[in-house]
Amino acid sequence: MKKLNVIESIGRYTLLMQKVFSRPEKMRIYYTRIMQEMEALGLNSIGLTAIISVFIGSAVTLQMAITLESPFIPQFMIGYATREVMILEFSSTVVALILAGKVGSNIASEIGTMRITEQIDALEIMGVNSASYLILPKIVATVFFFPFLAIFSMLIGIAGGYGMAEITGIMNPMEYIDGLRYYFYVDEIWYALVKMAFFAYFITSISAYCGYYAKGNSLEVGKASTKAVVVSSIVIMICNLVLTQLIRT
Amino acid sequence: MIKAENIVKSFDGRTVLNDITVEFGTGQTNLIIGRSGSGKTVLLKSLVGLHDVDEGAIYYDDVCFSKLDFKARKAIRRDVGMIFQGGALLDASTVAENVKLPLDLFTEQSEEEKMERVNLCLKRVNLDNAHKLYPSELSGGMVKRAAIARAIVMNPRYLFCDEPNSGLDPQTSIVIDNLIHDITKEYNITTIINTHDMNSVMEIGEKIVFIYEGNKWWEGSKDDILHAENRELDDFVFASAMAKRAKGIK
Repeated sequence: MKKLNVIESIGRYTLLMQKVFSRPEKMRIYYTRIMQEMEALGLNSIGLTAIISVFIGSAVTLQMAITLESPFIPQFMIGYATREVMILEFSSTVVALILAGKVGSNIASEIGTMRITEQIDALEIMGVNSASYLILPKIVATVFFFPFLAIFSMLIGIAGGYGMAEITGIMNPMEYIDGLRYYFYVDEIWYALVKMAFFAYFITSISAYCGYYAKGNSLEVGKASTKAVVVSSIVIMICNLVLTQLIRT
Repeated sequence: MIKAENIVKSFDGRTVLNDITVEFGTGQTNLIIGRSGSGKTVLLKSLVGLHDVDEGAIYYDDVCFSKLDFKARKAIRRDVGMIFQGGALLDASTVAENVKLPLDLFTEQSEEEKMERVNLCLKRVNLDNAHKLYPSELSGGMVKRAAIARAIVMNPRYLFCDEPNSGLDPQTSIVIDNLIHDITKEYNITTIINTHDMNSVMEIGEKIVFIYEGNKWWEGSKDDILHAENRELDDFVFASAMAKRAKGIK
């Protein structure tokens, strides 16, 4: 029975996406909506991303400094390890998981509330493709904006690590910078950005799906919101593995 | 004119609408009445296409609406306005933006022309000063009036209202009823109102259809309803002990 539910959900999700990506009514309206969503979902997430990134960057540097304390390991390896952690996994995967919590629940509860208060029905009655009108701008906004959040997270996280080295004196800051430059490949950044774009798509579309098919009352909207975060997080982890295998090997 | 022919609708094997045939005329206020859970909202939502019927057909004038696909329905939907029970205004948009939305999406009018139309509609529902207010800042009656303005902004030929008076005090209810009635006459619209408010029935009910347990039980005008010899209808219309005594029902 559960297996059937999963298959049914995938089917409904696919049909919803077909509706979402059908030709928009009027591009100008969509452009305005995309800008609004970029502000709501992207710009408003900068603060959270910055706070988490700076603390994780600092903590990673601290952990590396403690763990790699050996006369056989050069100090610049701490900067190198911090950079790799921040670029390869933290700024994309972990930030995406955090955004799944913030943005995902926001999208699911917003669309879910619109569903139970008949706002979506009102759009349908007007002849509007409600799925496309409500969801497409969110997807475009996040797929475009989240990679910038990833770049921002990388910079802030690495700066956090530098700050930790500078403030605590746990290592020589110049060695930290040497580590950052050690074996640096731009491809790693591209890999992180591609991953983030995929994660953005899944967070937004899955959360929108959960909200769009919510029914009943506010309790159900809450459940849809929780489901959106849980499913998005699982999909992010699976997608991370698949993309790493595909791109990095 | 809107016509339903032998429509049947079930949910999970439970029949909610059972073989309903009814016709709603143009330029008059048609009321669907019935107890809560009788199937009147399902009937209204089936007529407007939010539920697909299992059997039967729905006609908008001569067009069989229930047989049309999504694209073809879209053309007719431009002629449809609907007022939902809770107003269903978009929370993130102001009153003016809510009313302007259909114009933004479906017309090529300039911004000035659109705003002129929005102002006209808001003035028609006595909401001249509410352009910049958000739905959360409006009273219940104002929400309903804004919803009416949005429903009429595209000059609809068909207007559907799902319990437009719910949650309103009797005086505001009469204001809303009269507004819908006047707009119906003014623009010669086919208006269908779903209600269980007897004040509305007696005030504006030109054609009344009584739904009982998913069946069309009775139809007539507001003058007929007082003298109808129908046990279930009497129980509904004269629900209070005082009203029963007035009609001499035991």
